[in-house]
Amino acid sequence: MRELPKVQTPYVDRAQQHEAGIMGMHIFLASEIMLFGGIFMAIAVIRQAHSQEVVEYSKELHYYLGAINTMLLLTSSFLVAAAVHMSRHARRKAVLALLVSAAFLGLLFLGLKGFEYWSEFQEGRLPVAGGMEKINSAPGRLFLNLYLVSTSLHAVHLTIGVIALLVVAGRIYTRRSALPQRSVVVETTAAYWHLVDIIWIFLYPLLYLAR
Amino acid sequence: MSSVTNHDERPNPDNLDDPGLSETKTERVSYLRAGHTLRSWLFTTDHKRVALLYMMSITFFFFIGGIAAAFVRADLLTPSADLMTNEGYNRAFTLHGVIMVWFFLIPSIPNTFGNFLIPLMIGARDLAFPRLNLLSWYIFILGGIFTLFVLILGGVDTGWTFYTPLSSMYANGNVVLVATAVFIVGFSSILTGLNFIVTIHKLRAPGMTWGRLPLFIWSHYATSVILVLATPVLSVTLALIAAERLFGLGIFNPELGGDPLLFQHLFWFYSHPAVYIMVLPALGVVSELVAAAARKPVFGYKFVAGSSIAIAVIGFLVWGHHMFVSGQSIYASAVFSFLSLVVAVPSGIKIYNWTATLYKGDISLDPPFLFAMGFIGLFVVGGLTGLAVAMLAIDVHLHDTYFVVAHFHYIMVGGTVSAYFGALHFWWPKIVGRLYSVVWGRLSAMFIFIGFNFTFFPQFILGYEGMPRRYHVYPEQFQVLHDMSSIGASILGIAYLMPAVYLYYSLRYGQPAGNNPWNVTGLEWTIPSPPPKHNFDEIPTVDGPPYNYPVRKEAKHA
Ligand SMILES: [Cu+2]
Repeated sequence: MRELPKVQTPYVDRAQQHEAGIMGMHIFLASEIMLFGGIFMAIAVIRQAHSQEVVEYSKELHYYLGAINTMLLLTSSFLVAAAVHMSRHARRKAVLALLVSAAFLGLLFLGLKGFEYWSEFQEGRLPVAGGMEKINSAPGRLFLNLYLVSTSLHAVHLTIGVIALLVVAGRIYTRRSALPQRSVVVETTAAYWHLVDIIWIFLYPLLYLAR
Repeated sequence: MSSVTNHDERPNPDNLDDPGLSETKTERVSYLRAGHTLRSWLFTTDHKRVALLYMMSITFFFFIGGIAAAFVRADLLTPSADLMTNEGYNRAFTLHGVIMVWFFLIPSIPNTFGNFLIPLMIGARDLAFPRLNLLSWYIFILGGIFTLFVLILGGVDTGWTFYTPLSSMYANGNVVLVATAVFIVGFSSILTGLNFIVTIHKLRAPGMTWGRLPLFIWSHYATSVILVLATPVLSVTLALIAAERLFGLGIFNPELGGDPLLFQHLFWFYSHPAVYIMVLPALGVVSELVAAAARKPVFGYKFVAGSSIAIAVIGFLVWGHHMFVSGQSIYASAVFSFLSLVVAVPSGIKIYNWTATLYKGDISLDPPFLFAMGFIGLFVVGGLTGLAVAMLAIDVHLHDTYFVVAHFHYIMVGGTVSAYFGALHFWWPKIVGRLYSVVWGRLSAMFIFIGFNFTFFPQFILGYEGMPRRYHVYPEQFQVLHDMSSIGASILGIAYLMPAVYLYYSLRYGQPAGNNPWNVTGLEWTIPSPPPKHNFDEIPTVDGPPYNYPVRKEAKHA
């Protein structure tokens, strides 16, 4: 069924429906922040309790790979923000190109992150079975545990984000979501993408740059 | 033919062969008859139907959790371990706690009455995201299936609090499965909270300003904020426990450099606010019931509304009062103790304002009023004993005793469950369109109150005298009090079953309720009972304050 630009049941006009959609996404993102908040809390506690080991093990992380990934994400966020702007002006082709390239950068991030895990595994610094010969202090292992949990949880979110970008692009390509009437789908997906980006912006210094 | 079409006549309740009024004219166009197939219920996006789906599901879980409690109370009849093994007893009280907290209390009032009433009270046709609302029910059911699965596989023995390192290292029950169940059901809570917040912000009818919202809405708004912000912290904490058991992660494992107390901090950061998830909706219900019983404007509307928000905010800052004996810094404990006293103030404000509202009101002793009074009495006892355990020195003596058990049951069961039944008796005519027997309603309100006190008051004394919680073997001197508690529990159990009978009877033989059987204010009472599918034929315009009852002037003294 094609999604016609009409108003759905509980709403009286399209502006109301649009605002509700945006607000719903923002509240969901607040909830996501609390989800990562628990992990940030744990990282902070470990950083306080075992400062020396955290710094020692943080130095061994591939901070330059993290830096490249940070740039990839920031660029993708820029593309997504541009897509929102274009969708409001019904620039359909531009929106498609921007969304797909942002998704591509997201995939690059994931690929690079996967490579990073793999090389850490080879070096014996990944806290999974068979990959931790070089981890020889308990607090160090704990720090790497948190590193693995938080970055993989972030990667899961990013994967969902890539899928969401592609789904939205698909809906716009098939004209199931008409622009600019349904620009709300671009806006909400973009908000989610920005949040996933921002979480990385916090994770990166906390994990890679502890000195 | 004429007898078939004459639908508004009352059936003869003495004649059991009378088929009853299968349908009044109002009912024929109501949400209840908009589709008769199972599919029309399971794929509904109507907030009223989703509310009924939730009501049926949580009633089922209330029953299961109640059976677990019955096992616990039966075992406690004697000082020795004769009904269950130690392991079995641990599993019984854990299941009781897990099911009652996450599968009954947290969804109880918000997901049934909140779902049903929020759009009606603010003059909307549905919640902001109707499909999300249905999805949240399915997520709830998925979590519920996991829980039943755990039940069949033999349960879990950590207590509902999942304290580490017991849960992460030593427990041999199905910890991961039950953590998954609670993790899943958390998303249902988050989606519900999100839906309520957006609905209250964006779908208020013209003229329904924030200052005109019913107090029920204010308390659900505060509840939703907690649902959205606290629940994810529990989710991530449970995920960390599961990762610890499955992959040996060690964040709470001291042998690996982890910190078991970190779990308690994260858990109570959610679970203290969760207490307010359970009790704030009840406070909202009682505000409605008190105003309806007094038929007067609520005294200090702004203070009652604001106190809900204050409770939600301060409630995030008191979690450490569960950890006074855990070895946390005494300075932290002192601050947590102080803030725990502060959070009692907004609750006190509500109690005073309700009392002032009732003063010189036109009170009739209807069942909803009796439930509200039961709530206030029990909530005051629960609240004041809460102040006792919030005091550092007293808590060291009372920590982990039956005093604490009694305290939180006064709030959760005496408070929230009474309010749930009060809401059920108040809005039942609106939900199903039929009146129930008021006499039986009064009786069950009284039996619930009596049975409750009989069950839990002895536990204050038990705890004060040193009976620790979570043991089924105890010194003989405690037997009398334990037996009183168990007898009270059976009265309470029967009292909880009573409404099931006469409310079911009312479905068939009850008199049609009419739009406004209690003769009270509120948009939900301006539409037919049961409401039509889209609630309002025309979105209403609100032009006055809530609880706009005529104020009776007192006769002047000469
Ligand atoms: Cu608490």
